[in-house]
Amino acid sequence: MTDLTPPVPTAPALGAGRTSIIRMIVRDPLALTGLIVLLLMVLVAVFADLLAPWDPLKPELALVNAPPGTPDHPLGGDGAGRDILSRLIFGSRLTLLSAALAVGVSVVIGVPSGLIAGYTGRKFDAVASWVSDVVLSVPNKVVLLAVIAAFGPSVLITMTAFGVLLAPNLYRLVRSQTIAVKNELYIAAARVSGLSDTRIIARHVLYVVRAPVIIQSANLAGIAIIVQSGLEFLGLGDPGQATWGSMIGNAFAVLYLAPTAMIWPGVAIGVTVAALVLVGNGLRDAVQGTSGRAPRRRHRRAAAVAVPASETASAAPVAVSDGPGELVLEVRSLRVGYPHGETTSVVVDDVSLAIRRGEVLGLVGESGSGKTQTAFAILGLLPRGGEVLAGSILVNGTDVVRLAERERRRLLGRAISYIPQEPMSNLDPAFRIGQQLVEPMMTRGLRRAAATKRAFELLAEVGIVDPKRTFDAYPHQISGGMAQRVLIANAISGDPELLIADEPTTALDVTVQAEVLALLRRLQQQRRMAVLLVTHNLGVVADLCDSVAVMQNGRIVEVAPVTELFGNPRHDYTRKLLGSTLDDTDARPAYREPDAAPQEARA
Amino acid sequence: MTLLEIDSLVVEYPTRGFRSQPFRALKGVSLDIRRGETVGLVGESGSGKTTLGRAVLGLSPVTSGTIRFEDREIQDLGRRQRRELARDIQVVFQDPYSSLNPALTVSDILSEPLLAQGTPAAAARARIRELLDQVGLPTDAGDRFPREFSGGQRQRVAIARALALRPKLIVCDEPVSALDLSTQARVLDLLIDIQEATGVTYLFVSHDLSVVRHISHRVAVMYRGEVVEFGDGDQVTSSPEHPYTRTLLGAAPVADPARQRERREAREAALAGTDGAA
Repeated sequence: MTDLTPPVPTAPALGAGRTSIIRMIVRDPLALTGLIVLLLMVLVAVFADLLAPWDPLKPELALVNAPPGTPDHPLGGDGAGRDILSRLIFGSRLTLLSAALAVGVSVVIGVPSGLIAGYTGRKFDAVASWVSDVVLSVPNKVVLLAVIAAFGPSVLITMTAFGVLLAPNLYRLVRSQTIAVKNELYIAAARVSGLSDTRIIARHVLYVVRAPVIIQSANLAGIAIIVQSGLEFLGLGDPGQATWGSMIGNAFAVLYLAPTAMIWPGVAIGVTVAALVLVGNGLRDAVQGTSGRAPRRRHRRAAAVAVPASETASAAPVAVSDGPGELVLEVRSLRVGYPHGETTSVVVDDVSLAIRRGEVLGLVGESGSGKTQTAFAILGLLPRGGEVLAGSILVNGTDVVRLAERERRRLLGRAISYIPQEPMSNLDPAFRIGQQLVEPMMTRGLRRAAATKRAFELLAEVGIVDPKRTFDAYPHQISGGMAQRVLIANAISGDPELLIADEPTTALDVTVQAEVLALLRRLQQQRRMAVLLVTHNLGVVADLCDSVAVMQNGRIVEVAPVTELFGNPRHDYTRKLLGSTLDDTDARPAYREPDAAPQEARA
Repeated sequence: MTLLEIDSLVVEYPTRGFRSQPFRALKGVSLDIRRGETVGLVGESGSGKTTLGRAVLGLSPVTSGTIRFEDREIQDLGRRQRRELARDIQVVFQDPYSSLNPALTVSDILSEPLLAQGTPAAAARARIRELLDQVGLPTDAGDRFPREFSGGQRQRVAIARALALRPKLIVCDEPVSALDLSTQARVLDLLIDIQEATGVTYLFVSHDLSVVRHISHRVAVMYRGEVVEFGDGDQVTSSPEHPYTRTLLGAAPVADPARQRERREAREAALAGTDGAA
């Protein structure tokens, strides 16, 4: 997002449209430079006849090894007495042509075969992948030398052969991209809509594949230029045509007589390849900003509410219950925002709440209400760019907002611990469960043996029947419910006083949810933990919470003990929220046979 | 009058490894749906409910059994015939984020099925305006991209796409599971209104009994690839006969602390009872 535009309530401001990628490249100075250089090269190649002052092939005795600055021959002459500038200009023709030819051939072979292999799979995929592997394992230069030996020094034939050798690079790229996009639901929807496979590929798959292919092609073009120049340098080119590679070869032969002659073709090759790489990188950056994938729900941030930074706080409800037990968590007038230059999108505003030992506070609201942002602010784990702008967060009386980063981190896993929403993505698939339990305990000073023993106890405590087996398992070997139990074991391993659970049962099946809720209830009562339970599920709130804070648009609109909130909601929004549960709605009235032929006739 | 009849349907997926047993996702499922009816399909993950919906759509491989639509067996149609069936059978998926191509405008998305079936461009444009109106989206929504809409609005776009060809059956695969509570209720009511106006038939797949109860005339409960209970929606979702359905009903927490406590205690007692028996 640029600093000039104020933040808008919808998340990404960057467009993924067709024009915006070009616009982004134009804005990137390096890519723009590369693009301009390439365009100039193409113009030079096209108008070589007009631009070149002399015939590139005509030798002139007086010009043999003439130094740069010779009248009418600004770059001098080569060992055979030919004008270097003219040769350079004409050389761009064959160089660019050969790069275009190699890339063109590899695109024509690699892209369609990759699309078919990725989309249909099966036999074609098996055969094409095998061929691609074979081609990739053959040494390129040797094949090219063989081609030249067989067909003579024709650039067209050599570069066509090189294009075939490059094709597996594109094939593999396109195939993997196609496989990735094939499972997107919109492809399934297109199939159900009655689109033919060709149409689906042309419309949906090609769009995703297009950008990586262009990027890869830019790199391949650079490689083709270098390889082609290398062959020319070795004298394997057509002597009847001026190319940059053969110019270097010629200059090399007279290196001691005319040392500067080497510079010009060298610079030309270097600049062209660099320009291709810059354009490729610019494209990559532009595409990464505007990926073809839809943002997933779990990555979404709370919708931002643009509020001028000076707005004063109004009297918001404060979630403090009377009663025994010291305060474990107290949040006062918390404001969390994401600054963008002049303006700040405030996602949590004037939130105050408190939890006593042994108490469960539910924080409910719909997506974008700021409930998760509040939880992350308390943990000190706000996403990049997020800041606590005002207010204080007291854990056991200490304001953690003012603590140094290191001391704050030390609280996590000790005084405060956390249970996430998606158990599976919070376990590292590369390590055994046991190790992921033992390691945090070891950072807290336990020896390995003691930590291992404790891990077994914890696994048993969270209701895992065979702790040994789970301890030795990898995350993919256990179910989602089991994974959540493991994370709960991890959360209680540091004997926390405050447990923050962010939608702890949302990703679970309803029967598993009931078990995990029962487990949380038992642990909370046994350990007298203070719990902040972030959820959108009012049933979970009714099951577990002592009191409830309802959030809307970053503010707490109502706080009440749980029975009071459900029995006598005061705020309109709370009433609306309670009203939208489907728990007590009547079942659908009985089915009636629709009238004969109502909407059957098609327009 | 029966629109869709599924009989002893078996779906198997091959598993990795030499001579390994295939995974049987559906173990002989039978179900029927009448014209203009909503049949709710409820179950937990791995129960096969989504596989059944996908089999009707031709997206899952059918090993044996039949799916009869109107008077025609559709379980092993060729691709071409399947494409023709797109006029009659459509889908709304769960995830409103990945079910719409982010690169296409809403108009492009909605015109896709129309153009694929050979509707002229002018007629397609008129139909798109009609569809946007039908699902309660503003007329200018057509020029915008999916990312400019909230989850609920995206799901309306997906519903409009499903309606574009005036299908007889729409398979709704967890269409409201990714939505907020208040949005959920609105989208469900939209689906009911559309059904009453057009007489379309729904196969409604969901894990949530209360959602299924709200929209379904009849409910089928699935467990491990089998339908364990199938009957009147009200009866199945309030006084079920099968023990598994009862477990399912008892497990979902209700938004009422006092009643939830009773349910919890009943459930704990039941669990203690089975533990004692075992």
